[in-house]
Amino acid sequence: MIVEQIMKRDVYALTPKDTLNDALKLMREKSIRHIPIVDDEENVVGLITSHDVKNALPSCLKEENNPTIYDTPIEKFMVKDVIVGHPLDFVEDVAITFYESKISCLPIVSGGKLVGIVTSSDLLYAYIELTGAHQPSSKIDIRLKDKVGTLADVLTLIKKHHANVLSILVFPDTENNDSRIISIRIRMMNPLSIITDLRNNGFEVLWPNVPGVNL
Amino acid sequence: MKNAVFVYSPEQLSYKFSDSHPFNHKRLLLTIDLLKNIDALSDDDIIPARVATDEELELVHDPKYIDIVKKAGHGLITAEQAEPYGIGTEDTPIFPNMHEASSLLVGGTLQAVDYVMQGKSKHALNLGGGLHHGFRGRASGFCIYNDSSIAIRYIQEKYQARVLYVDTDAHHGDGVQWTFYDDPSVCTFSIHETGRYLFPGTGNISERGNGQGYGTSFNFPLEAFTEDNSFLMVYEKALREVIEYFKPDVLFTQNGADAHYFDPLTHLYASMKIYREIPKLAHELAHEYCDGRWIAVGGGGYDMWRVVPRAWSLIWLEMNDYPIPTGKLPEDWLNKWQKEAPVPLIPTWEDPNPLFEPIPRKAEIEEKNAQMLIKALNIIRSEKK
Repeated sequence: MIVEQIMKRDVYALTPKDTLNDALKLMREKSIRHIPIVDDEENVVGLITSHDVKNALPSCLKEENNPTIYDTPIEKFMVKDVIVGHPLDFVEDVAITFYESKISCLPIVSGGKLVGIVTSSDLLYAYIELTGAHQPSSKIDIRLKDKVGTLADVLTLIKKHHANVLSILVFPDTENNDSRIISIRIRMMNPLSIITDLRNNGFEVLWPNVPGVNL
Repeated sequence: MKNAVFVYSPEQLSYKFSDSHPFNHKRLLLTIDLLKNIDALSDDDIIPARVATDEELELVHDPKYIDIVKKAGHGLITAEQAEPYGIGTEDTPIFPNMHEASSLLVGGTLQAVDYVMQGKSKHALNLGGGLHHGFRGRASGFCIYNDSSIAIRYIQEKYQARVLYVDTDAHHGDGVQWTFYDDPSVCTFSIHETGRYLFPGTGNISERGNGQGYGTSFNFPLEAFTEDNSFLMVYEKALREVIEYFKPDVLFTQNGADAHYFDPLTHLYASMKIYREIPKLAHELAHEYCDGRWIAVGGGGYDMWRVVPRAWSLIWLEMNDYPIPTGKLPEDWLNKWQKEAPVPLIPTWEDPNPLFEPIPRKAEIEEKNAQMLIKALNIIRSEKK
């Protein structure tokens, strides 16, 4: 999956000369936490987050009030060396960037112009789409030996039951180094015939997969 | 006014996929025979199911889908052609006259509705119904027509009443939930095993309804290996709060009996105890909030020998204020059906004790369910403040 498939294209942006108050209002109105700052040519020149805004404003506990702060241009508070992404970036790489740089938003730039934005919420949603049940289905986890062809054996068996596979995930087995867990979502309410068949063929089926409970 | 009616026609047994399919309405026969054996059900209590008309089916279903079901049951299309509609699969195979059989299950629930809503009886039970997975244009999870969705629409149109739908099947009541997801005049309540592994995968607490209907869809997904006490704690607290919040005119309960330890399809590890308590609370609340109006249907239940007859009998007994039976099941019933049953029948109303080995991580499972309950009810509790 690449960024252009998940990015938001209607980006709320401001210019460096807009005020802190403009940023505050926009964040509240649109329920957003990040605003890219662009110049007249739509080049990304900065980014302001809700965290930056809060830091800039005086504490509500303080007696003295400084109303002029609200009218200060954003350029005084914004981050200037912004990490940006490209529409053709892999979503997985964006996740790594978020994780390693400890950020949660990436303005997407193409042809020198701001064309979109991806936030950690968008990434999470993409993940939800991968693992969720969007059609009625059962999920079975299977512990597979880490060797060639085992997945194909499982799928051949499922095909025999005319069951439609909706999604497959493969992840490391935390208990066993030489095996993996595959998680298959199939469109059927009664997977017992498949489970029995899998077990008869020597596969370890975890249905349900509750670590520490082997029943 | 009668106290309760029992909707049944022998023709309802024709909803049958195959001898080896887990969904088998012979359960109805086993239950009726058990109730008659203890003199709790007489022919005067039984009213026949009727056939639902196409117009009634179209309250929920797509005419094109109804046409496919008709054709499939008459051998006019192949399994391959029917498959996009969820028919002709391992779950929901084609069987002769499937449209007619399915319409009779729907009509049975409509009979139950009319008896209650016209004041002819306080309560009504159609164990042939409860096919909660059926979708507008697609069969799913053994369910062809969704009698419960149709019946609720029928109640709305004919009687303009607010319905609370309570689903205690071990599987999420997805078909009914999605039918009324935008509708604020129907509240759907489903307690089930989490969809992390179990079909249909939905029924998360975050599914709360949409638009105008936001806040009228409640889900209580329980962990696998939940057991009786945690199940009942969640059911009782949740149902009391939801009914107090929604204030329905009529209570409609779906009584799937597949959360039991013996059930082959699920992992909740409940016992007969929950089947004594579920109808008891429904009955009490129907009188407290709905002037007694309570329509109950069946649902899942795939250990039809050891679990379903006892569990479903308890609904009828509760409806008629019989004391909860204890001790031996009638000898005649046991002798008659043991011959056919592939497993030894349970000879008493209670389950053997203990029913299974202690579950590791039990305390954590209960803790997680309790936490889930708080999150699921948050919307009601925060509104009260």
